[in-house]
Amino acid sequence: MKHTLSVLVENKPGVLARVAELFARRGFNIESLAVGTTEKPDISRMTIVVDVEEHSLEQVRKQLHKLINVIEISDLDPDSSVARELVLAKIKVDAENRSEVIEIADIFRGNIIDVSRESIIVEVTGNASKLRAFEDLLKPYGIRELVRTGKVALPRGK
Amino acid sequence: MKLTGAKALVKSLEEEGVEILFGIPGGVMLPVFDALNDSKIRKILTRHEQGAAHAADGYARVTGRVGVCMATSGPGATNLVTGIANSYMDSIPMVAITGQVATNLIGTDAFQEADTTGITMPIVKHNYLIKDPADIADVVQEAFYIARTGRPGPVLIDLPVDVSRGELEYRRREQPLLRGYKPTIKGHKKQIRMAARAILESRSPVIYVGGGVINSGASLELKKLAEGNKIFVTHTLMGKGAFPESHRLSLGMLGMHGTRCSNYAICETDLIVAVGARFDDRITGKLSEFAPKATVVHIDIDPAEISKNVRAHIPIVGDCKQVLRELNLAIKEMSAEVASPDRREWSTLVLDWKKKYPLIYDKGSGLKPQYVVEKIYEVTKGNAIVCTEVGQNQMWAAQFYRMEKPRRFVSSGGLGTMGFGFPASIGAQLGCPKDLVFDIAGDGSFQMTMQEMATAVLEGTPVKVAILNNGYLGMVRQWQQLFYDRTYACTCLQREQNSPDFVALAEAFGAKGIRVEDPDMVEAAIVEAIEADCPVLMDFRVEPEENVYPMVAPGAPLYDMIGDMLYPVEKIHPEKAEEPFL
Repeated sequence: MKHTLSVLVENKPGVLARVAELFARRGFNIESLAVGTTEKPDISRMTIVVDVEEHSLEQVRKQLHKLINVIEISDLDPDSSVARELVLAKIKVDAENRSEVIEIADIFRGNIIDVSRESIIVEVTGNASKLRAFEDLLKPYGIRELVRTGKVALPRGK
Repeated sequence: MKLTGAKALVKSLEEEGVEILFGIPGGVMLPVFDALNDSKIRKILTRHEQGAAHAADGYARVTGRVGVCMATSGPGATNLVTGIANSYMDSIPMVAITGQVATNLIGTDAFQEADTTGITMPIVKHNYLIKDPADIADVVQEAFYIARTGRPGPVLIDLPVDVSRGELEYRRREQPLLRGYKPTIKGHKKQIRMAARAILESRSPVIYVGGGVINSGASLELKKLAEGNKIFVTHTLMGKGAFPESHRLSLGMLGMHGTRCSNYAICETDLIVAVGARFDDRITGKLSEFAPKATVVHIDIDPAEISKNVRAHIPIVGDCKQVLRELNLAIKEMSAEVASPDRREWSTLVLDWKKKYPLIYDKGSGLKPQYVVEKIYEVTKGNAIVCTEVGQNQMWAAQFYRMEKPRRFVSSGGLGTMGFGFPASIGAQLGCPKDLVFDIAGDGSFQMTMQEMATAVLEGTPVKVAILNNGYLGMVRQWQQLFYDRTYACTCLQREQNSPDFVALAEAFGAKGIRVEDPDMVEAAIVEAIEADCPVLMDFRVEPEENVYPMVAPGAPLYDMIGDMLYPVEKIHPEKAEEPFL
């Protein structure tokens, strides 16, 4: 089962390496990992999506906690948290179908951020299922390149 | 006060109370060793960095203090790696300090550059690469704090040469500042009460103790728990000495080469009270058949150990000493309201196993390794500090040298590092200068770190090395005999001639060498070794194909013990060994 862990860490060199190494060494798979600074410059937040059973999740959390630079770990419940991911997709277009692609991007509240004669780059944010739907719709036109940020998430309310 | 980085490092070490350190200098460590030269800290120059790490580890095990080792960058640091991993696996407090190339050269593949913090990341509790001289005092303080608190372990500090040459204003914090590090010391009250109830209600309880009891100094509390409730105690290799082995309630070691009574008791018990132990595969045997009838109380300071291998029904995270003290109180409080079942049947059963299945060996022909260990025990009256190498020598030492006190048995448990015992014995001797220190060794293990004999001679550490010399990598040979049709692939250390001549080797180093081939000469040799005030190498030419028994084949359940005298070797079925692994 997929779990989204929100991990507050000290913003120090090598922390990402420690976390990545821990997952590799203990045989846990990282589905996605996004990291950036928070409102406090000395603290970073990692959003880690892992696909593990309940027992292994317990191990992941406990082992993560043993890292000296890890301050707090929470397992985000999808019902009481919000999650977003950003995708940049470079789509093959020509004069004929360009407007079609732009229309699809509009439906997904996407932005066109680059246009050339043979391709456009669309930026879309959303949850995993929205982005999947977006990708599926654009596939027939030809996706030249695609990049996703990985999920970032926060618990709702206070 | 303005200091150089190197001087600040030395001052910080002094403030931590460091009295001794083990290491070898090198190019980028020149400033540090130069600063150390004026310090009262005793410097032990080993002959290999691995020896320095093991010596620091041995020192830490017998004294309970943080062991310190030092090495230069690159090969110096990589040579420390085995020793660091060893103390990590056995939760031994250690601070390792390595030199690093100058910060502007890091990442350029400079001469003697290695990514030491990267290499050691999976085998340390924490590590640091210091880039600013101003951080030195804080980092050293944090490193020692992390190494000795919570579940102890090694911490590495990597120090670039320009940082140790740089200058700083020295100041020391009152307390280390570690936001993400707060070990749980006090156990949960409700959980402790649940454990107390389970103990009172149990018909056939067993206490299973590991190295955590020794680390936390909980032997008295443990004794109180066992005696107060008449519970049998079995221990791991790391837990040896936590509970007196001559005690009526002691069942000896459990697991792969444990006693029959320990393993049978685990199979039949209705309650395991695990204290500072981690249910290692050498202990559990086949996991699915481990302690099938037991409720498991697991007391450990590391929450990640709870339910890692065996599910704990009543987990208690906390320091063993604190938790056991509270547990004893809770039992006392609750004993009036909880009715305890009659445990006489269980006691009779276990004591009967204990009587029926003592550790035995065929005393028949030739010089038996077990006999040598027994004699060392007799002559030293069980009062020596015993270090071991790894393999058969280690298991025989564990089986036949009974320990009554903690911090007297020094052995590489988790990592199983051959070559550990001898340098560790030097560290142990330096930590306990008045004690008699033995290293029970094998000829294979000893040859892995024997250059430290020069260290032992020059530092005046009169350790007594007893090599149980069978000419083989004995434990591997035993497995080949049992599970690989006696094909001794690459395990025979001797051919037409015996090499090395250990007696001549000892003498070449300036130590004393004694060779023993006759069982009747064993005692005299041990006495002679003890009387000599220098390091002694005893070369006991023991039976080459003697095996360690009883044995639970890898992957077999604990009740399936093979090969002691009741079951001659021919009866062993190799096919019983599922998933063989080394």
